[in-house]
Amino acid sequence: MIVSSVTTIVATGTDVLPIVIFIFLFQTLVIRKPIPNFKRLLAGLGFVIVGLGLFLIGLEQALFPLGREMAAQLTSPEALVGGGTRDWTSYLWVYAFALAIGFATTIAEPALLAVSMKAHDVSGGAIHVWGLRVAVALGVAVGVALGTYRIITGTPLQYFIMAAYLVVVIQTILAPKLIIALAYDSGGVTTSTVTVPLITALGLGLAETIPGRSPLLDGFGLVAFASVFPIIAVLTYAQLSEQLDKRAARRRKIQERDDPILVEED
Amino acid sequence: MKKSLSIFWNHTKGSMRDLAPIVIVIAFFEFVVLRQVPDGLVGILLGVVLVVIGLTFFIYGLELALFPIGDALAVALAQKGSVFWLLIFAFSLGFGTTIAEPALTAIASEAGQIAADAGAIADNDEARDRYVLGLRLTVALSVGTALVLGVLRIIFGWSLPLMIISGYVLVVAMTAIAPADIIGVAYDSGGVTTSTVTVPLVTALGVGLASSLRDRNPMTDGFGLIAFASLTPMIFVMAYGGIIQWI
Repeated sequence: MIVSSVTTIVATGTDVLPIVIFIFLFQTLVIRKPIPNFKRLLAGLGFVIVGLGLFLIGLEQALFPLGREMAAQLTSPEALVGGGTRDWTSYLWVYAFALAIGFATTIAEPALLAVSMKAHDVSGGAIHVWGLRVAVALGVAVGVALGTYRIITGTPLQYFIMAAYLVVVIQTILAPKLIIALAYDSGGVTTSTVTVPLITALGLGLAETIPGRSPLLDGFGLVAFASVFPIIAVLTYAQLSEQLDKRAARRRKIQERDDPILVEED
Repeated sequence: MKKSLSIFWNHTKGSMRDLAPIVIVIAFFEFVVLRQVPDGLVGILLGVVLVVIGLTFFIYGLELALFPIGDALAVALAQKGSVFWLLIFAFSLGFGTTIAEPALTAIASEAGQIAADAGAIADNDEARDRYVLGLRLTVALSVGTALVLGVLRIIFGWSLPLMIISGYVLVVAMTAIAPADIIGVAYDSGGVTTSTVTVPLVTALGVGLASSLRDRNPMTDGFGLIAFASLTPMIFVMAYGGIIQWI
């Protein structure tokens, strides 16, 4: 365990190191200015490397093996609902697991937290960190559940993805302009350290146990679902909160009209 | 000292809240649905503790280092006023972070095996290694290109929806003609390029650049780089698969 911990932290370090060297070279050769708060940055990078290392070790120790094993158990024939007949409804627990694990892993995704914090700062607090994260997590949950349904029924991946793209296009026209870039980004952010290993295990487990599915052709593709649906979810979240704001503003106006003192002040 | 300890404790509470859903979901399915107690419960609990500490450290370091670095570089480059160096920087950042990405290495070697099995390349180590290296270079090139396109968009104020939706149309069109066994790999390679270290750096770069340019809004113009970085790999990898097959 100690040996594996050290190797994981070293591996994380070698991941981060090229980026760090490149940035420092760029800073000294091209920008030619001393790096501000150099010591603080070094300490921060140390925290990033050790933190990411411990995070990965913990995931490898505890959550990934458990998640993989559960995905295998839930997709095995014994866990199916209703016994003998085998159609898409027998896999109820699989859908429930897909929904729950899609949501839960996304909430734990550090990259999404980083982007939410940035969005909160940049929007001057208009975008709530938790609102955004829950919206993205709901998107991933629905996406992964639909993705397992697709593997079970054997519908081609492209139909779902194209339909989802179409929804994104329509929503892009209707949604508030402020959110669009962030919504597009949220698709890529979700498929990171925590989510991908667990949902890939689920997809491959399903494709292996269901007759007539190939792990290579059908096992992949859950990641694609998990990247498109958050875009739809975030755009919907923005549309909903815009509607709510409008309604609140209208109510305020009506109140002001009923209140003669406030009208005079206007 | 006391103050930094309390900041740390707040971060730790945040991490616990972030990880609570996973623990609850796994516990529910384990105890209620599957009705079993997992082996090595102590080891698992220890692992969860490590995850909480790790996430706390990472978020702390993120605010201390990754965000400021991305910000400072974007501002310095914008002040320097050289589009050339900005593009060089964007390309190298995308290319450099992707070529070293372990998730990409894993998926590329898997894809190499698939291609060898499907007969697209010869089934020996040399041919496979060349294919895998080619695939990694292709994805790294695509992410570099994505950041260059994204930075150009921020500078010139091009329409993001128009560019991304055209990209989708291209993905759909290429899916129709690309070899079937590359499609899954191509779709997945879009997801693996955006790692936990790259995302904060790239986001800070975009937002920092948009805030230091006049007439650009950090909210509407600053985001969007990640969207490019998850779109172009799909296009490039399908093109790579097609070219390999035609040769």
